Amino acid sequence: MPKVNLSHFEAAILFALFASIVMAITSKRTDKERLSYGLYLFGCFVATLIGLAWVMKLGHG
Amino acid sequence: MMPAESKPAPGLMSWLPVVLLGWLIPGGGHFLLRRRGRAWMISLSVILMFLFGLFMRGAFFTPQTGDLLTTLINVGGFVGNLCTGLLYFLATWLGYDQPDLAGHVHDYGTKFLVSAGLLNILGMVDAYEIASGKKD
Repeated sequence: MPKVNLSHFEAAILFALFASIVMAITSKRTDKERLSYGLYLFGCFVATLIGLAWVMKLGHG
Repeated sequence: MMPAESKPAPGLMSWLPVVLLGWLIPGGGHFLLRRRGRAWMISLSVILMFLFGLFMRGAFFTPQTGDLLTTLINVGGFVGNLCTGLLYFLATWLGYDQPDLAGHVHDYGTKFLVSAGLLNILGMVDAYEIASGKKD
């Protein structure tokens, strides 16, 4: 079985991608709404990821 | 004012096979309901997430009990793992038994394995809503 070594950032982006796809598909009714909500969710995940990374970096000094 | 009209509850056999298939095979419920586009997207997302979890050598949870937090984490994690359906059964049947090791890659792997199950629950709920006529 192959072994994958991803960085924190890569793993979190991958998580955000899969979660955004499924959450958008299951929570909206039209394809257009799904696409825009999926992009919005993915953007929120990435913004939170980068924001929290900065908080941790600044918190550690 | 007129009382709100309540819809009759959908029959068990109209949604149970869909939900069961959706549990066993991610996206299977949507395939059964002929929602192929959504089925493929859910199926690929859940299966890829599960596979990445395995490739990162994530651990499966076992239903341990103890204090509240231990019970919540382990039983909740086990339920999450179980919700990936056949993927979980196949992996354990083929002998996948990764101990819980330290390190961010293993840790992400464990979270991916549980999250795949949680995303599959969303897929099952969506399939239920379609099968019971609450959604197109």
